[in-house]
Amino acid sequence: MEQPPRKGFFTDTSICIGCKACEVACKEWNHNPRDGDLELTGMSYDNTVSLGASTWRHVAFVEQGRDAIAAARTSGRALVSLGMPSVGAPASAVPAPDVAPPDTPEFRWLMASDVCKHCTHAGCLDVCPTGALFRTEFGTVVIQPDVCNGCGTCVAGCPFGVVERRSDGTAAPTYREGHRKGEQPPVPKRGVAQKCTLCYDRLLDDETPACAKTCPTTSIKFGDHTSMVASARERVAELHAQGMTEARLYGANELDGVGGTGSVFLLLDEPEVYGLPPDPRVCTADLPTMYKRAGVAMAGMVAAAAVAFWKGR
Amino acid sequence: MVPEAEFTSYYDKPIVKAPPWGHEIPAYLFLGGIAGGSGLLAAGAQLTGRTLLRRNARLSAMAAVGLGGVALVADLGKPSRFYNMLRTFKVTSPMSVGSWILTAFAGGLTVTVGAEVDRLAGARLPLGPLRPVLRALEGPAGIEAAVFAAPLAGYTAVLLADTAVPTWNATHRDLPFVFVSSASLASAGLAMVTTPVSEAGPARVLAVLGVVGDVVAMKAMERRMDPVAAEPLHHGSAGTMLRWSERLAVAGAVGVLAGGRRRPVAVVAGLALMGASALTRFGVFEAGIHSTKDPRYVIEPQRRRLAARRAAGETGDSITTAG
Repeated sequence: MEQPPRKGFFTDTSICIGCKACEVACKEWNHNPRDGDLELTGMSYDNTVSLGASTWRHVAFVEQGRDAIAAARTSGRALVSLGMPSVGAPASAVPAPDVAPPDTPEFRWLMASDVCKHCTHAGCLDVCPTGALFRTEFGTVVIQPDVCNGCGTCVAGCPFGVVERRSDGTAAPTYREGHRKGEQPPVPKRGVAQKCTLCYDRLLDDETPACAKTCPTTSIKFGDHTSMVASARERVAELHAQGMTEARLYGANELDGVGGTGSVFLLLDEPEVYGLPPDPRVCTADLPTMYKRAGVAMAGMVAAAAVAFWKGR
Repeated sequence: MVPEAEFTSYYDKPIVKAPPWGHEIPAYLFLGGIAGGSGLLAAGAQLTGRTLLRRNARLSAMAAVGLGGVALVADLGKPSRFYNMLRTFKVTSPMSVGSWILTAFAGGLTVTVGAEVDRLAGARLPLGPLRPVLRALEGPAGIEAAVFAAPLAGYTAVLLADTAVPTWNATHRDLPFVFVSSASLASAGLAMVTTPVSEAGPARVLAVLGVVGDVVAMKAMERRMDPVAAEPLHHGSAGTMLRWSERLAVAGAVGVLAGGRRRPVAVVAGLALMGASALTRFGVFEAGIHSTKDPRYVIEPQRRRLAARRAAGETGDSITTAG
């Protein structure tokens, strides 16, 4: 059978309207249970807060004033002047910043739909001891819930905080027994790690993932990874040409710490503003060093024991 | 150089998730260390003809492996599927490598413990014709277990370090030295508790070497870490535990050197050393969990290393790009 091309998302946050239809479509298609007790966070319109075992799309919501907008524009311009990898001639492709503001200069809302990154070098996949996590023919990373024994190593292995074990008591509980409001169906796939599958079941039927299918503004785009990266680069160049130097890509660089991500994002501020790590690095990149150092330490322990029996009376 | 931008985050919400591990895991780190160290002591005693130390170290190792195994299984989300740990071998997964180390260690150890129990029972176990086989296998099995003893004591450091948990990951060069030292001093401490001073000489030496290694490795580790990632090792309950761990370890070593040949002193010093090891494991564990709760521990070290690479002219490896 022929290998299908790598699939991925391009989430263009500059046209996200924060409707959260992606969150709903994801939950419905994947039969994911409700998180918590429908509490309001009080911090913003975001009551979902983060990705988790039962939340595979999460819409971040940030309100910013004049200073934050100016800072974002400056940090974006700094990226351009660093000569960050880009197609064609980087700095010269960007005209002198257009002073005409494309948005209200004193206030803006940032909305961004976050999702599993389906990393090229996936920490969760590397550290999984059972083989429950695997790389699909579409280049995505998926958990087999009938194989996972819930050891939780992948939760610690993800640099983006995406994977979570469903209904455990240590990480943020996603389901509380004895605190139900109304009826709730029994929680499926309890005790095993859960995350976005990039709708593996839909891909097998040549269907678009539920979130991308439902997105009313095409902020979430789905397709072949190479064409997603290409359209992300086109879009960021377009925004730069409009003077929006705050626009930048996240995950489009295959030389980054995770080998580039399958889910590419266009952001309008630094990644940490959206709750994304600024310089993620797959933990297994340093594993050879760790094994070497551990080997030396183990040899030292054996040597200490040998000395102990040689000297010890 | 661009001045350090002000620290921002998404409403102070965590970026990475804490692994869903309860206190079973640090308990296992402690018990696995005791098992590994005891396995080495048992093999040494076997090779140098120290019968009591050999027996006691083997039984200690077995008890520690048994309890540790129970703790590991209890901590799984699906304990009934624990055997899936052995459905594959993945060198990229320290959890997988460790499962095989634990299995290999326990395999050899079980044979030696079988022989010890049979001896304790006055050769009354219903072994029949298998008794000579058991006796013949006992020696090689003890050596086989010893081969996997140091790996059992050390792999857990890689297990913690090979994660996105900021504090654990930042320890990745030096935590193995802390853990094998902690395993050495704890298993030696237990041997000093269980075994008469006449046979516990090697345990006394190993205890002192372990304490020296533990204190030195811990200091070196803290100095080498990113200062922000190292913070949780000094603050809160983790900081308290690690401070007491060092005090108990040093006190134990002083006790061994001053009066280790007197049994009551040896017992107290041995208990102090075991306490020190337990506190090291729980302290390092807690510090890591704490470092996942505040996005600062993710963002600040990452921004710092990114800025350092940019300052050095390396601009091609950032996850954020202009195009």
